[in-house]
Amino acid sequence: MKATVLVRPKPGILDPQGEAVGSALGQLGFDVRDARVGKVIDLELEAADETAAKAEVQRMCERLLANPLIESYEVEIVG
Amino acid sequence: MASPQPRIGVVTYPGSQDDRDALWALAALDAEAVPVWHEERELPDLDAVVLPGGFSYGDHLRCGAIARFSPATAAVRELADAGGLVLGICNGFQILCEAGLLPGALLRNESLRFVCRDVPVTVERNDLPFTSRCTTGRRLVLPVKHGDGRYLPPPDLDPAQVVLRYVDNPNGSVGGIAGVCNEAGNVMGLMPHPEHAVDPLLGSDDGALLLASLVDAARGRVLAAI
Repeated sequence: MKATVLVRPKPGILDPQGEAVGSALGQLGFDVRDARVGKVIDLELEAADETAAKAEVQRMCERLLANPLIESYEVEIVG
Repeated sequence: MASPQPRIGVVTYPGSQDDRDALWALAALDAEAVPVWHEERELPDLDAVVLPGGFSYGDHLRCGAIARFSPATAAVRELADAGGLVLGICNGFQILCEAGLLPGALLRNESLRFVCRDVPVTVERNDLPFTSRCTTGRRLVLPVKHGDGRYLPPPDLDPAQVVLRYVDNPNGSVGGIAGVCNEAGNVMGLMPHPEHAVDPLLGSDDGALLLASLVDAARGRVLAAI
């Protein structure tokens, strides 16, 4: 089973990396109002089915992959 | 009777850098400085423990996120839960936040630049085992050297838990917070490096006030146990 985790800085958390990316895109002539930079974590795991895999990856997010104070996460099971 | 020498451990994780300076500084301040390897599940009868600066486990994922699961950190958690004294410096502060032993998180510096210079900080309270040799409001000059030092407190942080504040904020920390303690006051973390500032030859010996406070407190606990 493969899963993808998207980790984002929570709304309201200052993201200087995103600001730097947004300003660089602006300098290239792109009309960007806001940019935020997060992380992608691709996983391969053993699980009985999609529901079990999702629950397992959510536990991983709670325990390690995201820091709940500063980051939100989204789990996608990609089969 | 000679004054007893308290035993203060310094944990070395893979990627720790300031463990030797911390050991040296504690020994210079008349503690018995005890190296602790990160694989040790039990701490060797210590009166206090220091988590040093560096880049534990390469700072992968988030600073301190992996070190939090090391056997020595589990032992440090038990010591802290039992009221033992724990001081986290720089990466050690990040580890304590990730482990939930201190509130908040440390994020990339607002400037995105690594800062490496001496900065003045103000002592907010001197009733802690880490600040007893300072007066409240005293200014200390301590070196900082970090890329991820922007402190973000949880929304419900009790302002009394702020121990040190930057005079000129070098990293965008909320409220200029440079060091915090837990509610009980036996665990403290700070981004500046007191262990690099214990001799005037190094530019400042203000760090000795913080570390000597810790040595005093640890010695006090030895005496109380006799």
